Amino acid sequence: MLNFITRRVFLSIFSLFGVILITFMLVRVIPSDPASQWAGGRVTPEQAEVARKELGLDKPIYIQFGYYIRDLLKGNLGYSLMTHQPVIKELKRRFPATLELVLFSCFFALIIGLPLGLLSAKAKNSWIDHFGRFFSIGAVSIPSFWSALVLQLIFFSILKILPYGGQLSTKVILFQDVPHVTGFMFLDSLITGNFAILKDFLKHLILPAICVGAYTIGLVARMTRSALLEILSEDYIKAARSYGLTERLILYSYALKNSLGPTTTVVTLAMGYALMNTFLVESIFSWPGIGKYVANAVTCLDYPAIIGITILGACAYIILNLITDIIISLDPRVKL
Amino acid sequence: MSIKSIFFNIPAKRKLKVLKEYIYLLKKNKLTFTALIIILSLVVIAIISPIIAPFPYHIYGEINPQDKLLQPSRVYLFGTDEMGRDLFSRVLYGTRISLLASLIAVVMGLLIGVPLGLMAGYYSGFIDEIIMRIVDMFLSFPPLLLAMAIAAFLGPSLQNAILALIIAWWPWYTRLIRGQVVSIKEKEFVRAANAIGTPSWQIMYKHILPNCISPVIVQASMDLGGIILTLAALSFLGLGAQSPTSEWGLMLTTSRKYFLNAWWYSIFPGIAIFITVLSFNLLGDGLREILDPKTKKY
Repeated sequence: MLNFITRRVFLSIFSLFGVILITFMLVRVIPSDPASQWAGGRVTPEQAEVARKELGLDKPIYIQFGYYIRDLLKGNLGYSLMTHQPVIKELKRRFPATLELVLFSCFFALIIGLPLGLLSAKAKNSWIDHFGRFFSIGAVSIPSFWSALVLQLIFFSILKILPYGGQLSTKVILFQDVPHVTGFMFLDSLITGNFAILKDFLKHLILPAICVGAYTIGLVARMTRSALLEILSEDYIKAARSYGLTERLILYSYALKNSLGPTTTVVTLAMGYALMNTFLVESIFSWPGIGKYVANAVTCLDYPAIIGITILGACAYIILNLITDIIISLDPRVKL
Repeated sequence: MSIKSIFFNIPAKRKLKVLKEYIYLLKKNKLTFTALIIILSLVVIAIISPIIAPFPYHIYGEINPQDKLLQPSRVYLFGTDEMGRDLFSRVLYGTRISLLASLIAVVMGLLIGVPLGLMAGYYSGFIDEIIMRIVDMFLSFPPLLLAMAIAAFLGPSLQNAILALIIAWWPWYTRLIRGQVVSIKEKEFVRAANAIGTPSWQIMYKHILPNCISPVIVQASMDLGGIILTLAALSFLGLGAQSPTSEWGLMLTTSRKYFLNAWWYSIFPGIAIFITVLSFNLLGDGLREILDPKTKKY
């Protein structure tokens, strides 16, 4: 088991190396002139030469790769072309907002997806099951950036019960003391006991969280259903049935527990997808997270920022995969 | 007889019989069959869209400012956009762009991914190691993220977005095929073919490939939808089709400025994406049930 985890960690380090190599190739192989971009617009050949020296572009390619790795290890992702701020600083500042959105959306996904999958499996091939199938496939097919617009239209423009976007209302920001302890708005308002801000925050959170979580809801529901069905056909369930245990007891305390493994796997993976969806949704809801930064960086073709986000996103994905595999390996039924 | 037999050297009559059996199974699965019908009609729409569009010139960016942002009416079924163009014509034409783009991306992905997966699985050892390590590098990225980064570096355009999607998608097919090949290659029929001296490429393509085709069909049908969604997402970020192309994601991103006063502008392109992606996903899900001998029901 420990052996497996060590091997898996090494594999993750290799993946990380792969990410670095591919992003390096993106930066260097694709024909573009980083030097003149760095110096800014039209440059004389001398200025370009200076910029090339500054960026180390006059060195052989493998030395450049060494520099690139060295910079990354130091946590240096370069400077944004838009804001001239270090990319890592900007990402750090925006990360809590995005993480909060992802975690809340996965929470929604669990409280909706799990019961739906359970009901579908319980009543296999009934209308509930068919509805569940349609609903979950629908949820993974809906473009998050479209559902965001539609929800805004319904809840802001027509019903006028939820705010348009942002993390807090302007009124709250102006007239209340917004706490900054951890950077996570939910925790901050909870710690300081400021429930007015908490309420305002949750009101702003609900629409983006639904849009980001829709995909995850579908995945969780499907996965729970198929995992449960597989377990319900196992011998020990048949044995439990033949002992005359109630269907309720069998389902909740014998089958559900064992089906949680695959569902956890899906949730961690779906968090990766949720992260991608925040890239599309945050700018619509003016959510002050990484996604909004991505949308801006892509519009202005801010290459250092794009690379920084790509590396960060890939790292998050690799870590999630690692956690998933370790969770699976904790299941005593899995032979390694 | 399973789906793979249509690749075998058997009389056309028997191939037809196999196909008929699968069409019968499809018809029994109503949701899947509906999805298939929708997809077929979308294909027809994609082919004839410039002919049936009420305002064909609006597709290619002709502007008509006096009719801008009109509500859906009998003249403009889906209303008009900020340039006064008929949204119905543009959404219809968007079908062609999305279907063609995702077909190109999936076919290219298969053409790159399948042979590599066959080789990796069949020749284990060094070749396997090299191919799979490269695949692992690509799979370390979430697909949308990699496609986004590549598209940004290639420069924003529809062609580059498709290229980026191909680069991000082929490794999934390689891994899928390799897994299948590894489980099949030790079977007796492969060893028998080997024993009578069949060349390796012939074993790979004639004996192994048809036996691992079912999961590929399912995956490809899901991916046709997934790539439409991802392409729309890239266009939404400004990395795909550029104005005035009638692409769904691009229409959605332009509509953001106007949609609170012009709901129709955002609603219809989005519905088009949703229905198309949903149909491909339903088809894939149904095919998985039909092609898998364990869940196949007569």
